[in-house]
Amino acid sequence: MALTREQLAQRVAKELQDGFYVNLGIGIPTLVANYIPQGMQVMLQSENGLLGMGEFPTEENIDADLINAGKQTVTAVAGASFFSSAESFAMIRGGHVDLTVLGAFEVDVNGSIASWMIPGKLIKGMGGAMDLVAGADNIIVTMMHADKHGNSKLLSTCELPLTGYGCIKRVITDLAFMEIKDGAFHLLERAPGVSVEEIVTKTAGKLVVPEHVPEMTF
Amino acid sequence: MAGFNKVVHSYEEALAGLNDDMTIMVGGFGLCGIPEGLINHMVKLGVKGLTAISNNAGVDDFGLGLLLKQHQISTMIASYVGENATFEQQMLSGELNVILTPQGTLAEKIRAGGAGIPAFFTATGYGTPIADGKETREIKGRHYVLEESLTADFALVRAWKADTMGNLVFRKTAANFNPMMATAGKITVVEAEEIVEPGELDPDHIHTPGIYVDRVIKASFEKRIEQRTVKAAK
Repeated sequence: MALTREQLAQRVAKELQDGFYVNLGIGIPTLVANYIPQGMQVMLQSENGLLGMGEFPTEENIDADLINAGKQTVTAVAGASFFSSAESFAMIRGGHVDLTVLGAFEVDVNGSIASWMIPGKLIKGMGGAMDLVAGADNIIVTMMHADKHGNSKLLSTCELPLTGYGCIKRVITDLAFMEIKDGAFHLLERAPGVSVEEIVTKTAGKLVVPEHVPEMTF
Repeated sequence: MAGFNKVVHSYEEALAGLNDDMTIMVGGFGLCGIPEGLINHMVKLGVKGLTAISNNAGVDDFGLGLLLKQHQISTMIASYVGENATFEQQMLSGELNVILTPQGTLAEKIRAGGAGIPAFFTATGYGTPIADGKETREIKGRHYVLEESLTADFALVRAWKADTMGNLVFRKTAANFNPMMATAGKITVVEAEEIVEPGELDPDHIHTPGIYVDRVIKASFEKRIEQRTVKAAK
């Protein structure tokens, strides 16, 4: 079975490490915050100027001056800090964030990512995505393996305008966990009950399949 | 005004000299930390042909959306503009020139502008449409794009506390683009929730020194929330 959004977030959460500063993008990446393992300390960076993002506030604690990058009202944890957008992107561009998780429309075998613009559709802007992919060494892309017509989103070359060139090393889809290196996707794990054949069929870019592909655990 | 007293008491004084076709910077992220009263007064002034530099474009009936509705902005430099139907319509019709800029690059362009740095190299956007027509360079094995800095005729800033000399303190994530913009305006106008006397702000806690600030006006803010999210009460 393909992973649900929650399972995808759960699998990403296994890549967290104690003491990590983490930036989570909008959508599935945001859900990762719900699966931070017990006893592990992780500080969430929100690029609008908050390090140490907490959960949503109660109705009484809502503060219009305290939002996340998705413009949602949030709280700050003990030890949090606030800063300008320039400072925030110094952290991001300077490679100080340990892990960045974000979504994508397409990823290719060279690690390029397209996530912000579909020609012919209304362009809303890239926000901080281009800075995030250019600045972080450790990026996990979460996405659906194929679109609803079964067309692969894991390509030889991205067809949509890029968000970043050659910057993605790990992808977790609803079907598989893959590493990108040497111009190919390398299959590391498959979703429980998903066959290697299905993953091969739905991967348009070059895919290297080892003899044994373990199922994901959560 | 006397000496270093930068306090003005009306929006007319605050925005004196703001004319058609000028470039303005407007602080805020979404609707958080925007100089509401200054924006409202620009609507009242009816200035047109503005180039507006702001991370977002407000919503249809609040923030920069109000200026868009009156067709006062001709060029918008922003990183994300997804929450505004007026904006979409004017962009599609070609009435509005839109320069989408990655958020970190936008922040750094403004910071650099205020710091007297004309351009900088960044890896952000290399190999993407953002780099089209721009100089690129390989430095120590990595590719970078040359991005030019930004300044403005007027920088419109929202602060939490100001003293009469223009020293500023911001609050929580309402800081966002405001501190850099305060440095990058030929005339920087600050709308503050509270104005105190010199010496009342701890010099160790000042975010923006008064040297960058030209005018300060006290205001009360609606502080509209774009995405009100709460956790269920236990």
